Parts: sequence; structure tokens; C-alpha cells
Amino acid sequence: MTSLLAIEGLRTVFRQKSGEVPAVDGVDLTVERGETLGIVGESGCGKSVLSLSILRLIAPPGRIGAGRIVFEGADLLALPPAAMRAIRGNRIAMIFQEPMTSLNPSFTVGKQIIEAMRAHDRSLSARALRARAVEALAHVRISAPERRLDEYPHQLSGGMRQRVMIAMALACRPDLLIADEPTTALDVTVQAEILALLGDLQRETGMAIILITHDLGVVAEMADKVAVMYAGRIVEQAPADALFGDPQHPFTLGLLGSVPRLELERERLLAIEGTVPPPFALPSGCRFHPRCAFAASACAEIDPPLAEIAASHRVACLRAPLDQHGVWQDRETVSESREIDRPTEARAW
Amino acid sequence: MMASLLEVDGLTKHFPVERGILLSRRFGTVRAVDGVSFSLARGETLALVGESGCGKSTTARLILRLIPPGAGSIRFGGTDITKLEGEALRRVRRRMQIVFQDPFASLNPRMTVAETLEEPLKVHGIGSRAERRARVAELLGLVGLASYHAGRYPHEFSGGQRQRIGIARALAPNPELVVCDEPVSALDVSIQAQVVNLLGDLKRELDLSYLFIAHDLAVVKHVADRVAVMYLGRIVEMARKEDLFAAPRHPYTRMLLAAIPRPDPRLKPAPIASGDIPSPLDPPSGCRFHTRCPFAIARCRIEDPKLAPFAPGHSVACHRTGELPAMALPHMATALPPNTERRLALYAALSGRG
Repeated sequence: MTSLLAIEGLRTVFRQKSGEVPAVDGVDLTVERGETLGIVGESGCGKSVLSLSILRLIAPPGRIGAGRIVFEGADLLALPPAAMRAIRGNRIAMIFQEPMTSLNPSFTVGKQIIEAMRAHDRSLSARALRARAVEALAHVRISAPERRLDEYPHQLSGGMRQRVMIAMALACRPDLLIADEPTTALDVTVQAEILALLGDLQRETGMAIILITHDLGVVAEMADKVAVMYAGRIVEQAPADALFGDPQHPFTLGLLGSVPRLELERERLLAIEGTVPPPFALPSGCRFHPRCAFAASACAEIDPPLAEIAASHRVACLRAPLDQHGVWQDRETVSESREIDRPTEARAW
Repeated sequence: MMASLLEVDGLTKHFPVERGILLSRRFGTVRAVDGVSFSLARGETLALVGESGCGKSTTARLILRLIPPGAGSIRFGGTDITKLEGEALRRVRRRMQIVFQDPFASLNPRMTVAETLEEPLKVHGIGSRAERRARVAELLGLVGLASYHAGRYPHEFSGGQRQRIGIARALAPNPELVVCDEPVSALDVSIQAQVVNLLGDLKRELDLSYLFIAHDLAVVKHVADRVAVMYLGRIVEMARKEDLFAAPRHPYTRMLLAAIPRPDPRLKPAPIASGDIPSPLDPPSGCRFHTRCPFAIARCRIEDPKLAPFAPGHSVACHRTGELPAMALPHMATALPPNTERRLALYAALSGRG
């Protein structure tokens, strides 16, 4: 059974004075029908560029340098522009982080929804379009939808604007919805409602969702499988239960430890010291090693590939699976194993 | 008993909203802060928590006299500062400082870090030129930046680093009170952790008191001693941290706690149908929260409950406090899976932060 979406070896680069610099540097991902894939990472890791690449929304000085994006059997990167337009907003839809800047402030909400619908189906009359638009707003649980159609974005709250965006995105019943930080700018109670709405709509329509976020709580709530990104690459990928129950990559651990949790009495939060390297100044070997609490000397020399360590669980780390290398023992043994050099023994893959 | 550093009583600020270009007509009033009272003891961290439009940022700016208060009083270090002006106000200002939310907007892009840090010292006439130089170096060290950062401009730094600069600037005149207005909301979660830890260290080292404004209750749990929850311009619940999280009494507090997404796929969220926050131009009658409250009764639509003590150190503004069933506390349910806990402990040990 082929996946709904299969990304192979994607590389998206941006031209700078010093040359071309990769924002996405060799990413492989699949999304199955009806599934939710969560992509987690921090600012600058490439997750937004990845989502824009899928829809071929990368403009100069950026360009897609390599790879394939196979959607329902066809490589999107090889499609002529008209064919791509028929897919964009129609079969694959997208919602963005800041609903105020993604909605046009000069047009009413109704006009914008109808514009989206009409772009993909010219056969409907004005009255039919309006009726469909009211239905779309009601579907995302906006109260008084008839009246809202004639309102402008600034008259709506953040949560309502995001619902409008979702209504626009779903107007053509897409197979795949890409949601780029859809709730980051919203209050926490509104966020909870929007996430619940997305979940309900997904169950109803059977669409797949790629959910991009930096919030591990959101990922845990929504995602079936999760990919963790760092410096343009995926460093760990696993089903959600496995990622939270058996985290392997030190960056994943760092993220989990940084999240302040209500049920813990920890005095200090676990912080990952240092900052993300800029794409034009990447470290040698493993990109995360300068910030890694478990780094051994080999980590500065060898760039670990993403490899499978358990069913559907892949990690890009020389020392994984961590148990096998005895890292998970007492502190005494750990400080010893830090000095141990294992360049060739790393793993068979 | 600790002395009160800050006492706020009945603080009120209404903003008139006008329509019309030639003849401005009074259209309505935004009751941004509507009768807020609390005190902050020396060495304490009081968190003001709430969502958009609750008035927490306006409250902070009122306290700092960045905007003129409408009604009510503010006492700082025993002195009434509500109506202070000129030199007297300037002398008070060096004792209370603020760290802003947006690390990209709160630093002057045309000033170097050194110039930014020196500015408060110059304004308050603190130190000679050489002493100011030395203080800048000291401040950079305090917030974990290097001395060579002094000559750089804000655009050369990341969000987390800029926030450190903002903190250093707030500390420059040696204040007693630091208002932190959502200092970590704009930062990635791992950088948030760094800055939260830094704020905690500085508080201990420099004997500071914090008024910490946030919308994230999880962060608040790590930094606060006491918590005040605000809704539409009022405080609806105020308690010591332990009491608030162990036994939240106001339905809005409970809703906030329940809404926080948990980094654990085993915990499925309880469905909450809360509706949208009412406009502060047109707050609901009676209890302002009644339109979203699952426990509202007839009385709630008519009568506005006052913030009243329910237990020692725990006040609530609700007609039904004590009647409501104990909150099912999924947030207190479990720790992370054991493997994960073990690895996090190891990570912490190796990072040198036990």
C-alpha cells in the first residue's frame, strides 16, 4: 500500500553571499492516509521551510535543490504549474500560525472563503457558494455564521480567525492538511478547542494532518507519529508512544526535559545549553554534538545517519540505542564511557 | 513576617473608545483593569496569570507608572507613589524595573549592548564613566553573556540572548522589584528553560522581588511563590502556589489547568467547551465568567462575586466556592514513563544540573 505522501531526500537551499545554504538537508518522511504526523523542532530547524516545500511555495532566494515529494503516486516537484495549482489548496491545504497576517484584512471573511472555493470549482452559482461558505463556517463551530461572512478579520478574535482559516483550508475537502504552528499564537483555552476541532474534523473527513509545532504537549495530544528536527535534519522519528516512552536522541531528551510540567517538583528546568548552529556554520560530525551531554569524541568526527533501532523507530545518533552502550548505568560508569572511543564499533546498519 | 514591598489597592484603569473622525463620540469603555488589589512581600515572586485581555500587562504598567492610573492606590516601599511626579517619581523608578515580552522589539536596534546597559545608569546618574563600564561588564557576566558582546548590536543576537540583555538592562540600576512581562513566551521551550533558570538564580543572588506576568501556568509553577489569576480586569483567585495547584477553586483556574496540553500521549485531554472570551468592551452582567462557566447558576448572572478569603492565604471570587466538586486532577496524575524519567535524570546529572 503506497503512502499518501512520501518525501525522499528533500533538500531546500537558500542562496546567501557565501553560497547556497541548506535549510532542509536531506529529509525522508511518509504520511499515511488519515494519519497525523507531528514535526517538532525549534526556531530555525527547517520545519516551516519543509512544509512550504511540500506545496512548492519556496520563492527565490530559496529553491528546492534535490529530492522527490510523491503525493498519491505523482512527484509534485515534476508537475507543471497548472497541475500543481490544482493540488495546492485543493488536495493539499495549509493553515498558518498567525491568522491575522494570513487573512487579507481588506476583504470580508465570506469573500475570502468563496474565493478559495471558486478557485477550484467554477461551476457553482453565487448563491450556492454563499450557502457553502455558511456551511463551512458552521462546520468549524463559528457562531452566527451568516453574520460572520460579512465581517472583516479584525472584527474577529484570534481563535475565530483560526477557525476561518481552517474552514478555508477544508472547503475543498483535502486529503492532506498541513498545519504550521496553528495554535501557537492563541490563548491556551482557545488552543485546546482548536485542537479538539481539528481532531473531530479529521475523524469526520479521514484526512491526514502534518502538524508542525515546537510544543511537545500539542504533539502528544494529536500525533500518531512524530519526527524531531534539528538543523535541517530529522534526528529522531517514532510513533508517539515510543517517542515519549523511549526517547533516544539527546536532543529529544533535552526538549522533554525543558518542558515545565505541572506534576513535577523539579526546582530547575532541564535546559539545553548553547544555541542552534546557523546553517552556514554547522559543526563537524554530528550537528548536535557541541550541545550534547552524552557526546563522545567520535561524535565530533562522524555525522550519524538516521537509522532504525526498533520497529518504526529511527534515530541519528552514534550512541543509540542507548542501552546497548551501557550509557544508562550509574554515574561512575557514565563518566568512564564518555572517554571511550568507539568510532568503528558504532553500530551495524 | 516579610515586609510588604508593594501594595496595590483598588487599582482601576478604563480606556474610553471613541468613534468618528471630526466629532469624537464616546462609543464605550474598555475596563482593562477593574479594581485589582494585592500585595507583594520583599523577596517574593507573585505571578499574575491570565489570557489575552485580562488586564495583566496593563496592571504591570500601571504599577510602574508607565501609564497614569484611573483610580486606586499604589504603595511601594511604604510610600504612596500613585500621584508622584517629576524628580520624586524618577527616584522611585530606579527601584522598580521591567523585562518585556518581545526580545525583538524591546531593544533599540541602533544602540550597542553596552549603550543599552549604560543608559539606565546615565539616566539615574549612577557612577562615573569608568564605574559604568565596569558595571556593564558585571551585568553581562550576571546574565551569562561574554564581555565581547558589549560592542554588538541587537540584530546579532538570538531571541534568548536578547532576552538576557533585557534582563541585564533591568538589573543595571540595582532595583528591588523587577516586573517580568511574559519574559519567556516568545522563546523556544529549551531557551525558555534557560531564561527561567537564570531568573531564579538572579533572584536568589541579588535578593530581588518579582511580579511575574504569564499566561502559561506550567512556567508559573516553577517560578512563583504566590499566584493571582486574572479574568477581564479582575483577580478571580489568589493563593500560594502549592494551594492553587493542589486545590484550584475558581472555575476559570480549573479551566486553565485543564487546557494545558501535556507532553504525554497516555493522557488524553478532557473535552472543554468554553466558548470565546467576551469582549472587554461589553463584559457579561453579574459574574464576568458566567458565560463560560460550567457551574453557573441563576445568581451568577445577576450578582458580581467579590474576591473573598476562602482559606488562609487563599481568596476566590465565586458564589459557589466550597460547593463545587474537587477537580479531577489529570495534571497531577502520573510521572513520565519510567525509561524516560531515568534518562532525563541521567541527562540532568551529565549536564551538571542535578
